[in-house]
Amino acid sequence: METHPNTPAHPGGPAVAPPGDLAIWFFILAELLAFGVFFAAYAFGRAHNVELFNEMQLTLNRPAGALNTVLLITASWCVARGVEAVSRARPATGARWLAGGILCGGGFLIVKGFEYAAKFGAGINLSTNTFYMFYLSLTFFHFMHVILGMVILIVLWWQTRQGTYGPANMNGIESGAAYWHMVDLVWIVLFPLVYVMR
Amino acid sequence: MNTRQLNFVWVVLMLATLATFGIGEVGERLGIAGPLAMAALLAISFVKGRLVMLDFMGLRGVKFFWRGLLLGWLLLVSALIAIAYWIAMR
Repeated sequence: METHPNTPAHPGGPAVAPPGDLAIWFFILAELLAFGVFFAAYAFGRAHNVELFNEMQLTLNRPAGALNTVLLITASWCVARGVEAVSRARPATGARWLAGGILCGGGFLIVKGFEYAAKFGAGINLSTNTFYMFYLSLTFFHFMHVILGMVILIVLWWQTRQGTYGPANMNGIESGAAYWHMVDLVWIVLFPLVYVMR
Repeated sequence: MNTRQLNFVWVVLMLATLATFGIGEVGERLGIAGPLAMAALLAISFVKGRLVMLDFMGLRGVKFFWRGLLLGWLLLVSALIAIAYWIAMR
């Protein structure tokens, strides 16, 4: 019998490897490192321009940022419920949860799109000031990750509907879900840092 | 991972998000400002990030090495942010 790396070495002991493909976890670590550097650069950049950052932060749409936090966390919850349903041999239920995750992710992109439109409409761009250089590049870097995560979720939803995944074949869906949760995790740091902390 | 645990985590994450938003909106009026607000926001995002890692990412039952890597990232990023904010307050 093939031993999955996700099964404990001893019954009742911790699993040796995280859910999904090990490669996705190295990718996730690399992404987290990149975002970590970005967050530190923002925080130390702010230390040199405190008044500018505090003043400019007040021009951000905090309710939109909070709404987007709710949407991303809810999307993550839907995806986790989807993976759980598939692991219990309920792919139809799993696909519906994944569709819910896709809807919430889409909602995030729409809200962020309105935020960008408002800023660009007000003549704000990367060279407006240091704060907006950070705000636009950091949130857009994250935005691109949400788009990639959405593509992954749509593929997972389609494959789950086709019956690709089940209790004996969880690797692909767990890997894609882990990537999506990473996108959520990064926003959980980004929202308080850029929108609220002053 | 059972569905009840996932639902519970979602509710906690929603409440924590409300707390983060609340600190931004009415924190100063409630006396939660400056270093206290920063510490509260970092603590809330640590609790949120930890739940996402353990329950949504499914690392709760996995060897500490993997949890340690991700939790270490969150702690390191939080520490760097705290140091930068502390420098800015001086």
